[in-house]
Amino acid sequence: MKIAYYPGCSQEGSALDYGKSTGAVCAAFGFHLEEIPNWTCCGSTPAHALDTELSAALCARNLDLATREKADVVVTPCPSCLNNLRLASHRMENPSFRANVNALLDEPAAEKFPEATSIMQLLGRHLDTETIKARVKKTLNGIKLAAYYGCLMSRPANVMDFGDPENPTLMESLLAACGAEMVDFPLKTACCGAASGIPERKLTAYNSGRILELATTLGVDAIAVACPLCQMNLDLRQKQAAKAEDAFFDMPILYFTQLMGLAMDINPEYLGLEQLCVSPEMLLRKLGMGKGGAA
Amino acid sequence: MMNAVYPGRMQDKDFTRKVEEASGQDISTCYQCGNCTAGCPAGFVYDRQVNQIMRAVQLGLKEQALGSASLWYCLSCSICTMRCPNNIDVAAVMEVLRHMAREEGHVTVPRMDKFWLSFMDTVRAFGRVYEIGTMSLYMLRSLRMNTDLDLAMPALAHRKLPFVPHLSKEGASAVGRIISRYRARQEKQEKRQ
Amino acid sequence: MRIGVFICHCGSNIGGTVDCAKVAETASHYPDVAYVDDPMYTCAEPGQAAIEEAIKKERLDGVVVASCTPRMHEPTFRKTVERAGLNPYMFEMANIREHVSWIGKDKEANTNKAAELVLMAVEKLRHNRPLVPKSFDITKKVLIIGGGVAGIQAALDCAEGGVPVILVEREATIGGKMAKLDKTFPTVDCSACILGPKMVDVAQHPLITLYAYSEVEDISGYVGNFNVKIRKKTPYVDWSKCTGCGACTEKCPSKNTPDSFNELMGKTTAITIAFPQAIPKKAVINAPYCRKLQSGKCGVCAKICPTGAINYTMEDEIISEDVGSIIAATGYDLVDWSVYEEYGGGKYPDVITALAYERLLNASGPTGGHIKRPSDGKEPKNIVFIQCVGSRDRSIGRPYCSAFCCMYTAKQAVLTKDHLPDSQSHIFYMDIRAAGKLYDEFTRRAMEEYGTNYIRGRVSAVYPDGNGQYVVMGADTLLGEPIEIKADLVVLSVGIEASAGAPALAEKLRISYDSYGFFMESHVKLKPVETNTAGVFLAGCCQGPKDIPASVAQGSAAAAKVLDLFSHEKLQSNPQIANVDILRCVDCKKCIMCCPFGAIEEVSVRGVNKAQVIETVCQGCGICVATCPQGAIQLSHSTDNQILAEVNALCQS
Repeated sequence: MKIAYYPGCSQEGSALDYGKSTGAVCAAFGFHLEEIPNWTCCGSTPAHALDTELSAALCARNLDLATREKADVVVTPCPSCLNNLRLASHRMENPSFRANVNALLDEPAAEKFPEATSIMQLLGRHLDTETIKARVKKTLNGIKLAAYYGCLMSRPANVMDFGDPENPTLMESLLAACGAEMVDFPLKTACCGAASGIPERKLTAYNSGRILELATTLGVDAIAVACPLCQMNLDLRQKQAAKAEDAFFDMPILYFTQLMGLAMDINPEYLGLEQLCVSPEMLLRKLGMGKGGAA
Repeated sequence: MMNAVYPGRMQDKDFTRKVEEASGQDISTCYQCGNCTAGCPAGFVYDRQVNQIMRAVQLGLKEQALGSASLWYCLSCSICTMRCPNNIDVAAVMEVLRHMAREEGHVTVPRMDKFWLSFMDTVRAFGRVYEIGTMSLYMLRSLRMNTDLDLAMPALAHRKLPFVPHLSKEGASAVGRIISRYRARQEKQEKRQ
Repeated sequence: MRIGVFICHCGSNIGGTVDCAKVAETASHYPDVAYVDDPMYTCAEPGQAAIEEAIKKERLDGVVVASCTPRMHEPTFRKTVERAGLNPYMFEMANIREHVSWIGKDKEANTNKAAELVLMAVEKLRHNRPLVPKSFDITKKVLIIGGGVAGIQAALDCAEGGVPVILVEREATIGGKMAKLDKTFPTVDCSACILGPKMVDVAQHPLITLYAYSEVEDISGYVGNFNVKIRKKTPYVDWSKCTGCGACTEKCPSKNTPDSFNELMGKTTAITIAFPQAIPKKAVINAPYCRKLQSGKCGVCAKICPTGAINYTMEDEIISEDVGSIIAATGYDLVDWSVYEEYGGGKYPDVITALAYERLLNASGPTGGHIKRPSDGKEPKNIVFIQCVGSRDRSIGRPYCSAFCCMYTAKQAVLTKDHLPDSQSHIFYMDIRAAGKLYDEFTRRAMEEYGTNYIRGRVSAVYPDGNGQYVVMGADTLLGEPIEIKADLVVLSVGIEASAGAPALAEKLRISYDSYGFFMESHVKLKPVETNTAGVFLAGCCQGPKDIPASVAQGSAAAAKVLDLFSHEKLQSNPQIANVDILRCVDCKKCIMCCPFGAIEEVSVRGVNKAQVIETVCQGCGICVATCPQGAIQLSHSTDNQILAEVNALCQS
């Protein structure tokens, strides 16, 4: 299987740690990720807020590159990128839409793109519980996690094909295989408000605050996330959210790949733990990794 | 409804048809249950709730629909679509309205739009997102110089904001061409109107 | 032949867009037409009298009426011509209303089309032959399927009318859903107090035979002469010995059995008697939970039973009954609400159905009539009711209104306040449908006297806040704002659908059902109790959502239909049936295979096998006629020659 890797812009900026841990975990399971040469931004929310065809054109350029590389599948860690890539593929099945998009490109895009999917699905679909368990060296036994998918991973359901859009469970099964106790987290697909974090801070603070509050009440050691925007919101903006909710939060927000990496005893340096704003120190101590383990 | 008059309001039946066409949704199936409003994460900052916007579209109240600030606060999370008992893709309707509002010159929440434009400018320049570039452009555009300054220090400390843009020369020029073609097409269309 | 033709104006219904006088004039030149008229209302008494008079005066031997759909008035006019001495099948009808005047505005075109339809009817009539129905004996006994309040009412009314009743109930007790209710709207009287006496009457009536814990296995035959096979499921208890003392239920060690009568609120034993007023009050063993039946070890109930009624080796029994008529009263089930994952889909203990809430309110329920949360047994303070869960929801394929949820929700809010005066109820609703006697007054009382907070809007999600309460995310569309309520208990007004197995039963009864499993009535307004199979009637929610008063009314109506049917000594079969020409029949058996009514049998005619139609069973559908490769079957009153005569008339006009 030839895997074209689309990291997404955040992997080079705010989510270096996601990129690192994704690479480390995939490599450990023998998945070879080939970065799409000269990949560019998918346009994220701003592009489709401006124009659906512009958004599709920015995505199509990358999907087309992957097609030329003869990739079987395009994977990305970022749900926002995934959402855009899949929507673009889906919409381009409509010939008049395709024609308008092609007019924006240097040359018409390939008729059919390889399927775009997420790192989480790549791992979840190809690895059974036993395979993961066999790789676990430091079990996550004893820590309690909330899996938080965000709004983009599973919606719109007909485009994303992520299982039950209301209650996805893929992340839970991956992390439970690593030994963690997964709580039932009812806000797992609620929106954190990331899209307007910069221009309308109270929107983000209110929605992220609700998520942090519930996780805190449920007594989890950390929230496991899959989306760089969610991670930044819940982690970097945790203080803003606390202020909005008139509460105090001390909730580490880790990428599920970082948590899997810890369980597989991958050197924390390769997992980018130092990039987390809210320190995962307590969590690491519980796992017997303590201070220095993260260094 | 066709002969009903809302005193003081302009009704535009053509508007309803255009929204239905562009979104592929049958707005007449909305029975105003309010489920979209109940689940909306941005509802508390809206000037008009989603169900009210749907109502405005049903009635052809173009000004009310396109002039709403809510269009710009919508987070595109599509929880409204997922839970609509009438299978309406409400999020798609909101997006169509946003596009129409821009075309009609109704940008009710300019700072949202400015953020999006700043984002697109950096993407055009570098091919990929450049956070500090986007933020700087946005602050200049919106004149909100203290935006998220409280986050700058922790973000830098945890290496979340690289100082240099991530460059892919070939990529950047390709994206530049896409956006240029897009803008040219937009200008052409505007002239035609 | 001398034919009379009557072109009806139907007021302006037809006369408005068809020149009836001109059609009549044209018809007067058709072959064999001896008399024409264009009355204003042919179906009215003077109109019918005019036909009778014309038949006598003009010595007519056939009549054509051009008017409305034959579904409505063909039987009327057949009787009219019969009164004047003609065979009722020497009559034809042309539909110039639904097929002409209502669908076109061009008067000239309409007039021409009407004239052509009349010509077809005349040509058909010229080829008609008098037909005579056969009469046959009937079994004056009725089968009632379902022992809920509709079936109970039908059974009592039939029995009081002197008709023996076989009442089959799937559960171990009759009473249906009503037996689970605490109080009933709009009078808030105790459900058991008003239903109980009726249940006792069923048990004691000499003409009612009750088969509880039984299901209909197979139905054959036809109106007046059905044969029914009933499966008596084994209760592992010999009911002829069981006295209902309940000693077994006290001693049974398997105390973790899901309590389906209590809508899974609480647990029961593997051997149970559903509730104190159960009819029959007999014990049943729930096999999957019985230690003796599962592992062979236990036998406590057998030891304790004072009459030796327990029988672990008892098996199902099939009983055969002959009946002349059948009433289906199979009721409803709740929509599977586990699809509402946004409300937890069943995983949150304090988010329950309204029917489960009835059990919490009920003194014979698992909490003894005290409202306690299933999770921690605490009294709730804030109770949120969510209406239309599984109703009026296209996204889950349930677009219809369940009709009675608005009312029981108001009732539950009233009862909640009575039980817990410090509590506050909130009801999320879309519309309040309170169209019944004293209904709107009742919902107003719930708001005004009981302080129920009605909030107009649907709920997007319910989730536990981690501190023992539930966050209800709703909308107040009247205010135009989202609203959040922290609730201790959430009650869902779950909508209804036809009861499990309804479509399978419909197939056995050969009646139609809709895409939700509800049985189809013959005519939605004018034949709401009849079905398209003669002798089979409907009562209660099996036909569509309805409340107790409507179910009882329909139960009585179905009983009246049965009494009407049985008031005849003999029934007459419809003579419009298939006939086999045995000279052409080659015994290929295709007709036997395709007949949906089992109306064709193989008989030996001088040593050669031939198909033969059972006259009383054949419904005249014509499938065999089209199927027969030999063209050996003709349908009386729609023979090839008659149809060709119509086609020729049309093509040559």
